[in-house]
Amino acid sequence: MSSKHEFSRLKTDILIIGAGGAGLRAAISAVESGCSVIIATKSLLGKAHTVMAEGGIAASLGNVDPQDNWKVHFKDTYEEGVFLGNWKMIEILAKEAADRVYELERYGALFDRTPDGKIMQRAFGAHTYRRLCYVGDKTGLELIRTLQDKVAHSNAMVLDEFVVSKIITVNNRVAGAFGISMRDGTFKLIECKSLVMASGGLGRLFKVTSNSWESTGDGLALAYRAGAVLMDMEMVQFHPTGMVWPPAVRGLLVTEGVRGEGGLLYNKEGERFMLRYSPQKKELDARDVVARSIYREILAGRGTEHGGVYLDITHRGAKYIKEKLPSMYMQYKEFAGIDISKEKMEVAPTTHYHMGGIRVDPDTNMTNIEGLFAAGEAACGVHGANRLGGNSLVDLLVFGRRAGISASEYAKKVKQMKFDDSIVNEEIDRIISFTENPTSTNPYILIDQLRETMSKYVGILRSAEDLQKALDTITGLKGKARNVGILGGLRFNPGLIACLELNNLLLSAELVVRGAMERKESRGAHFRNDYPNLSDEWHKNILFTYNEGKNDITFQDVPELPDYLKDLFKEGQA
Amino acid sequence: MKEVTIRIRRSEPSVSSDVHYDEFKVPVGEGMVVLDAVHYIQQNMDQTLAVRWNCKAARCGSCSAEINGRPKLMCKTRIDSVGDKITINPIKAYPVVKDLVTDVSHNYEIAKKIPPFTPKEGLSAPFKMFQIDVTRSKEFRTCIECFLCQDVCHVIREHHSNYFGPKHMVKVAALDMHPIDAIDRSELLHGEGGVGYCDITKCCQNVCPEDIRITDNAIIPEKERIVDHAYDPIGILIKKVKNRRW
Ligand SMILES: Cc1cc2nc3c(=O)[nH]c(=O)nc-3n(C[C@H](O)[C@H](O)[C@H](O)COP(=O)(O)OP(=O)(O)OC[C@H]3O[C@@H](n4cnc5c(N)ncnc54)[C@H](O)[C@@H]3O)c2cc1C
Ligand code: SF4
Ligand code: SF4
Ligand code: FES
Repeated sequence: MSSKHEFSRLKTDILIIGAGGAGLRAAISAVESGCSVIIATKSLLGKAHTVMAEGGIAASLGNVDPQDNWKVHFKDTYEEGVFLGNWKMIEILAKEAADRVYELERYGALFDRTPDGKIMQRAFGAHTYRRLCYVGDKTGLELIRTLQDKVAHSNAMVLDEFVVSKIITVNNRVAGAFGISMRDGTFKLIECKSLVMASGGLGRLFKVTSNSWESTGDGLALAYRAGAVLMDMEMVQFHPTGMVWPPAVRGLLVTEGVRGEGGLLYNKEGERFMLRYSPQKKELDARDVVARSIYREILAGRGTEHGGVYLDITHRGAKYIKEKLPSMYMQYKEFAGIDISKEKMEVAPTTHYHMGGIRVDPDTNMTNIEGLFAAGEAACGVHGANRLGGNSLVDLLVFGRRAGISASEYAKKVKQMKFDDSIVNEEIDRIISFTENPTSTNPYILIDQLRETMSKYVGILRSAEDLQKALDTITGLKGKARNVGILGGLRFNPGLIACLELNNLLLSAELVVRGAMERKESRGAHFRNDYPNLSDEWHKNILFTYNEGKNDITFQDVPELPDYLKDLFKEGQA
Repeated sequence: MKEVTIRIRRSEPSVSSDVHYDEFKVPVGEGMVVLDAVHYIQQNMDQTLAVRWNCKAARCGSCSAEINGRPKLMCKTRIDSVGDKITINPIKAYPVVKDLVTDVSHNYEIAKKIPPFTPKEGLSAPFKMFQIDVTRSKEFRTCIECFLCQDVCHVIREHHSNYFGPKHMVKVAALDMHPIDAIDRSELLHGEGGVGYCDITKCCQNVCPEDIRITDNAIIPEKERIVDHAYDPIGILIKKVKNRRW
């Protein structure tokens, strides 16, 4: 079938999908290398998910705790990721973190300061030292604005409110991508030599989430369908503290900065229960530990009226709270009518981050598809089974930059791959078909059912039985999804975008569930009631490969630490 | 469950000149914000309704609209704060793309014209800066680029002059008050930026969801700065008033 719809063509050396921290930082490197760059993003420039990041960015500057160094940062990250992370990537992250933070300062970011004029650093869960550089509780905003300014003053082209729906490869090499511009409803084909996937995570897969609407796993699904290997998809982080009341804001994040600044957790009976679950690290233990502890308190009937626990920062006083946690103060005041300097907050875990994602080469960030790179939350490797707070923002900068550099080097070496327009016409027909069937199923209803199912069965505590229920529902929804459609045309039609996203959500969901079924152990954020212990046998990454409509699942041993890094874990080191 | 009536302005100018209001009855739960109601409509009543949003946490500045005539973020406006009859219009300062979505791209063009942060010569990171100096710029850095201030500025709304607008004054102030920035942006503001058109009505700072004191802390100081370089009657007036000893 040939399509009657027209499309325009763009050509570039490098296409970057995503204008969050990872995509923008990649763009800066790519532009600096002299390559032509196009950035595609579903939202407007400066509004990507990263803009919400609050607590800070981790780097062992040692400004507050001089004992800190990259080795301790390495150790914390590897250990709290429960040994599932890729040591090479963690070493790169820990070593390059400081440079990237200072670079951000050189680009114009203004961090909070120590009394002697250096970048201030705050405590965060499971970081041995005070390591998070921050800008109040608006660190992501500062990071995005700083990078956004750099990009705005470069010759990178930004396609905003543009939804990429397909990646085009030829003989296992990247050739381009295709998508629809929401603003004018036109189709565009972008031919490129290399492509950086910086599309973020999949938090919207769950009903209770801190994530923005963009996080629908698009990049994972697009890369996977193009042949890229995904890894450890089951590893979804539930942040211990999301809002619970009123229902309209359930899931909205309450930054770990609250606990970093001294916030304490209590159950309904007024017990500071973290003393029982984690006598050493208490409220500031790793996220998976705190999230499970809260969840267990709620299950045991010691939760609050609205199904949460209390988080109390009132002892810090109004002035301190307004200065250090202005967004939290605003958030509770506006949305819940609560003054957190006088009253306790009610909190419960919320879906927050995806440690799994696209498998990349630790040195170049290239995937198994030549010319396809990935960085940021879309990529997998650094955070293992549990991400530390502040380690995502630094990941965006460190690996965004590296992916941008590698993608430029690659683009300079190769010629543009040629392909036939029939691929494009097929894709246009697929998209148009959603708008042509008036008796079709409403995509929003299916998305709702999916999110409900994921939060119910694939959450903090998992079991074979629950996972099977989830898989059955997903299979059913996949059937119904064949018939989804929407009224209206191509221009700014959110329903149409929902149709596209639904397929990505379903695919991501299936892989999360399948991974969770396979991993018969409990490690970090992945907890199985029926296999509650960590298992040496499962010191493995789970790999997912798309094979003619089927999902192939294989396993690989986690790369072993070299001796110089093993030594860090011997007593008295680091 | 309680119900509210939501009226929404519908149009798609590139397709037809038709403009009308659709009315929807929406059930409201506790704590619901206006954006929740719009989503409810979109998901259950009219899937073609166009709206721009992203974070639903008042962080990204995407969901600006006029709610019962007042420029606000839809995700930060609780339904119980605006009553049982709610009319939503797109912001007026920019052309409508469809329904509640407007074309704000002009702002990105202006942003390109404002010279970026440029550190004083001879300095290299890590910079030494003190909290007290950093704090001066911080207020302006909380701007979420919602363009609500642009929406209410009468200079932009009515006169279509080449005034950059309050949002961009905030940006310039953020840069100018960076403790180690080296550039003087005042000539640009006075010339192409058109800051002289601003007659300090303060409408902009009254609608800013981030409570930035746009007129008092960004525009007036920038005007004062400009006076040193060029003739700006309002700026001079402010200076006179400010320096007067009572
Ligand atoms: C409330 C909150 C607070 C947080 N606080 C912190 C913190 O303090 N410290 C920390 O380290 N981390 C924090 N995180 C996590 C961190 O913010 C994210 O992991 C990180 O921002 C992800 O950045 P990214 O660049 O990978 O992707 P994102 O910022 O998610 O950007 C993804 C981009 O890809 C685009 N995109 C996606 N799909 C498509 C498509 N199909 N077509 C075109 N474009 C597409 C999107 O539009 C967007 O531009 C926080 C997260 C949340 C939600
Ligand atoms: S103070 Fe100036 S910028 Fe603000 S609304 Fe009035 S005229 Fe516009
Ligand atoms: S200054 Fe305030 S009103 Fe204006 S764009 Fe920024 S946040 Fe919005
Ligand atoms: S959706 Fe982000 S500010 Fe309203």
